[in-house]
Amino acid sequence: MRDLSLHILDIAENSLSAGSSLVTIDIKAQSDVLTIRICDNGRGMSEYMMERVKSPFVTTRKTRDIGLGIPLFALNCENSGGGLKVTSAPKEGTQILATLGLSHIDRPPLGDIAQTAAVLALTNENADFVLTASRDENKFSFDTRIIKETLGGVPISQPQVSAFIHQYLQEGLKQVFGGKEI
Amino acid sequence: MKSLKELEEIRNKALCQIDLRKKGEGIRIVVGMATCGIAAGARPVLSALVEEVSRRKLSNVTVSQTGCIGACRLEPIVEVYSPSSEKVTYVKVSPQMAGRIVAEHIVNGNPVTEFTIGYHEQQQQGR
Repeated sequence: MRDLSLHILDIAENSLSAGSSLVTIDIKAQSDVLTIRICDNGRGMSEYMMERVKSPFVTTRKTRDIGLGIPLFALNCENSGGGLKVTSAPKEGTQILATLGLSHIDRPPLGDIAQTAAVLALTNENADFVLTASRDENKFSFDTRIIKETLGGVPISQPQVSAFIHQYLQEGLKQVFGGKEI
Repeated sequence: MKSLKELEEIRNKALCQIDLRKKGEGIRIVVGMATCGIAAGARPVLSALVEEVSRRKLSNVTVSQTGCIGACRLEPIVEVYSPSSEKVTYVKVSPQMAGRIVAEHIVNGNPVTEFTIGYHEQQQQGR
């Protein structure tokens, strides 16, 4: 994984395969800490699974016995002076809380959050996504429920709509993070 | 700066065009988006496919995603399901290749043989 936006996409994919109808992604950069929180309302995990989920030899897929998504993300967090916490309850959902040192030399860059959010929103019409990003006083939020309400029946993947969403995300995130790679 | 006002205008225009899609028989493009796919570069491929399909206004085509297909070494993998022919699996797809797949396979109906898993495996054996 080259950057944090890919980790976020990876975790959100887990949420979707756990049958979530709503995934919220919150990215906050404040006083030298970068916090990423991903919450879903999917089927959740048992306590047994939750304890073992950071091991690369734990997965629910059937094609092979190795699952690297969470262990790699946890490693990147720990390497940059933070950590990764997973909390979950069966039938209620799962929350992933990742913290990283903002100015830590080993912190991977944030990457293209706009593309992660656009890909999630445009190729999963049946699920909703909320993205909030903030840096100090600057805030941006994107909510597919509001988008879909505004659209009133016009599909989100309609050409002009998907072009709008790409630009909307890019501009909003640029405002928050100042257009610089963080 | 884009605002939701603008989205409303887009909606009103779209409703006038009555482009409410006919669901059902259409072509489905599926991208493997498990950890293996994402790490190999599936996100820009998926994004390129969505963009290309919407740019060409292909209303009977849906782009969606799936988990691990089981051949992680060949990711990013793109599968094309169409009602009139067999499934075609493309391997090690780049965003540029995605553009060609849409133009040649989806629009013109000619699968891009040199990107398929069958062709790839044959090349590997020939080595």
